[in-house]
Amino acid sequence: MDLLRARLRWKELKKGLTVFLLFLPTVLVCMPVILLVTGSVMGSGELRQYLAPVFTDSYRYISWKLVPDYPTFENYGKLLFMTPQFFVLFWNSMKMVACILAGQLLVGVPAAWAFAVYQVKGSRALFALYVVLMLLPFQVTMLSSYLVLNRLGMLDTQYAVILPAVFSTFPVFLTYGGFRCIPVQLIEAARIDGAGEWRIFWKIGFPLGKSGLLSAMVLGFLEYWNMMEQPMAFLEDKSLWPLSLYLPEITWAQAGYAFTASIITLIPAVFVFVWGQDYLEQGIIFSGLKE
Amino acid sequence: MFLAPSLLGVAVFVLMPFLDVFGRSFKTVITGQFVWFENYKTIFTNQAFLLAVKNTFRFTLVCIPLLVVIGLMVAVPVSKLKSMGTVKSLYLFPLAMPTATIVIVWKMAFYKQGFLNLILTRIGERTGLWGELYTDYLGTGAAFWVLVFSYIWKNTGYTVVLWLAGILGIPNEMLEAARVDGASERQCFFKIILPNLKGSLYTIVILSFLNSFKIYREAYLVAGAYPQQDMYLLQHLFNNWFVNLDFDKMAAAAVCVGGFLFAVIMLLQRAWDSRR
Repeated sequence: MDLLRARLRWKELKKGLTVFLLFLPTVLVCMPVILLVTGSVMGSGELRQYLAPVFTDSYRYISWKLVPDYPTFENYGKLLFMTPQFFVLFWNSMKMVACILAGQLLVGVPAAWAFAVYQVKGSRALFALYVVLMLLPFQVTMLSSYLVLNRLGMLDTQYAVILPAVFSTFPVFLTYGGFRCIPVQLIEAARIDGAGEWRIFWKIGFPLGKSGLLSAMVLGFLEYWNMMEQPMAFLEDKSLWPLSLYLPEITWAQAGYAFTASIITLIPAVFVFVWGQDYLEQGIIFSGLKE
Repeated sequence: MFLAPSLLGVAVFVLMPFLDVFGRSFKTVITGQFVWFENYKTIFTNQAFLLAVKNTFRFTLVCIPLLVVIGLMVAVPVSKLKSMGTVKSLYLFPLAMPTATIVIVWKMAFYKQGFLNLILTRIGERTGLWGELYTDYLGTGAAFWVLVFSYIWKNTGYTVVLWLAGILGIPNEMLEAARVDGASERQCFFKIILPNLKGSLYTIVILSFLNSFKIYREAYLVAGAYPQQDMYLLQHLFNNWFVNLDFDKMAAAAVCVGGFLFAVIMLLQRAWDSRR
């Protein structure tokens, strides 16, 4: 009896230990966020004191306090009410991401539907091509995008960032994963009942493939909110830049400002993350599906 | 009909220009003269290109196995928990964090008077093993490992979710039958779980590979266009060529890298198919 109890206790202990060990690395995940949040509500005097080692050549270390001595919102105030450029950039980011996602929805979703439902000759090969294109890094296609955008006269406009992204094949692949989960019999039944192809797409594909679609949107939002290479290569005019490209330009001398701007950039991403977490996971799983 | 707009866009924005680039890779930039494989010869004798290729290979070869193993090590215990939601979202969160916001934290942590040195020094003083440390992680060979850390930090969640999907896809009856037959947890893991995850492995490798190219953002933001030479990646090189308008070299390199990736993907797919 005692032995049994001891064994049970040991089992519980082991379980507790695994949970503890699993949570340990997550500290690494949370620390940066906490750092940013505290940094953003610190007064500039206090920040300067902590970050002094960065400016001077002394042998002191950087220091930090998790709860600032004098928390203020002065940085938020300055950023939100006194720097209109910041709004321009925020709006740029929003606009580009919204256009890209809308475009992907319009172009990519029907394509995914076609791949999932109509298995004609050559569609498999074409799909394989899409997969390869999705895996090519931006740097490989940078020159070709540049050439075509140049020819179309779109360089240095936001279309240069939006259009190539609209025709990205990654969302096609994700949405395809969602559409594949619809039973074929359902579609056939609808066809026998005399529904047109568009109607099937609207009434069956859309509602049932919604999770794949939304997961493509969530992953897409996080990706394009974070986008840097494309605007860096194709946008010279800084007033067209997205936030993600502008943030690193803030120098250490304005650290408080940088922290605050980071937090504001982070907020939409966190919002989408919290709201769309299930879809995000679904999307990751779909991204792992093979035909 | 459903496919048409997408196909048209892909053709206009990706396929046709890539053919154009392919053509250009045999010509000089300014005069457009046909020079056969001159450009290819140039890049393969180019120091910067060779360095970048070496570093990119090194990065991929270090990171992907590491990420795959860490992901599995997290996913197996998580799959046994009843409520794995919180853990999963904590691991996934870095994925949502824009690179631009995290870089400022990395700079603070890996600076020569930064947090990492601070913590290491404290530990050193306590244990008496070493004194004060002032390693500049971003300016020395350690920069490479900062990059590796940053990659793992960002992508572990993604991998864990993929592994979990694989593990939860294994029929429970199989595991239970084995347990009834007296198999230990260890045996279950090596004889049942691992062999059943081969399919997941393929996709995880491919997707980790895809994500490994995005590390350029961190590298660029932490160290600029010409970083310490251990973290000079192909992506830096492409970007610098682009800025300098070296389109002939770029075209040749794009064809090489693109072709290489295509071959790797096909090989992996073939390997995976034949195993099934």
